[in-house]
Amino acid sequence: MSVAAPAPLTLADVLVVVPAWNEEEALPRVLGELAEVLPSAGVVVVSDGSRDRTADVARARGVEVLELPFNLGVGGAMRAGFVYARRRGYRAVVQLDADGQHDPREIGALLACQADTGADLVIGARFAGKGTYTVRGPRRWAMAFLRAVLSRVAGTRLTDATSGFKLVGPRALAVFARDYPAEYLGDTVEAIVLAARHGLRVRQTGVAMRLRAGGTPSQNPVRAALFLGRAVVAVFVALSRPRRDADGGRREVQ
Amino acid sequence: MSGYVFALIFAVGTVLIMFGLLRSRQMREKYATTWVLVCAVVLVLAVFPGLLEGAADLLGIATPVNLVFFVGALALLLISVQYSVELSRLEERTRTLAEEAAILRAEVERLRARVEEDERRAGPGGVAPR
Repeated sequence: MSVAAPAPLTLADVLVVVPAWNEEEALPRVLGELAEVLPSAGVVVVSDGSRDRTADVARARGVEVLELPFNLGVGGAMRAGFVYARRRGYRAVVQLDADGQHDPREIGALLACQADTGADLVIGARFAGKGTYTVRGPRRWAMAFLRAVLSRVAGTRLTDATSGFKLVGPRALAVFARDYPAEYLGDTVEAIVLAARHGLRVRQTGVAMRLRAGGTPSQNPVRAALFLGRAVVAVFVALSRPRRDADGGRREVQ
Repeated sequence: MSGYVFALIFAVGTVLIMFGLLRSRQMREKYATTWVLVCAVVLVLAVFPGLLEGAADLLGIATPVNLVFFVGALALLLISVQYSVELSRLEERTRTLAEEAAILRAEVERLRARVEEDERRAGPGGVAPR
């Protein structure tokens, strides 16, 4: 779009998008923490077809809410957030999960990494020396596989391909607002491939992450194998798509 | 009753049902076309059984009915695939609409809050609410 070097990102350019599906319990704490740490940040909660009071809880705190009429998955919720961010004039988006797994204090680390590396997509990575989050068993192998493939695709060392904690810069925002996958693993694995394929610069920075406040991560071998299988399919399908430049080439729609 | 007569009745019946669905706008032409074509093929084969036997002979299939089964299964497969594609496209459209609806709703809420704020500020002597 613009030829001149764009102004560096500041916190005022960033919209924090919180995808939330039935998170009325965890949400107040996350929003409270966010208001405390980054009082000036723009925040929007995307209630992804929630059947509980997620939207009301967010509104009660004076936070903007996008209410999707039915559940679209994290990818769908995020694309709505990206489109909204662009319409409201924000230049960047940070995804912050509503379950309290992502620490808003680390948003500064994402911004710092963006400033240092000029990255279009900054991934807040676990296992990068900071924090104590661990997984084991087949899920660990799946992650190792994704790590290896996606590091090659993105041309940089990525230790945590499935992290949802991401900063999306202006160029990546333009791509993602138009075309962000709704499939399973789309918002993580496929999004990285998509960014790399559009010639965007992907970087990661280590962040401390907490255990999710509720729900159980899939730890049994069958689910882990399924996870691996779907991840492989997602990566290869995404890789087989034609390359695009950041600004141009709309994907043809039949 | 010969099997061919049965096929004939069946094909004609299906076409009539299609016609009824089209008339009552319960089905769009682009979907009906496929089925009417299928019925047309069945009709032609029922009226001219020799065609089927000739085709089977040509392809080296000993029992003509196997050709019917094969082509029938293939046609159903292709139609299903076409529907999957159509369904994916519709899902993508629904998704875009859902996003758009959510964003517009948020905008309306924002504007409403602003209007209410303005009205409140204008006081009783100002713009009359509603």
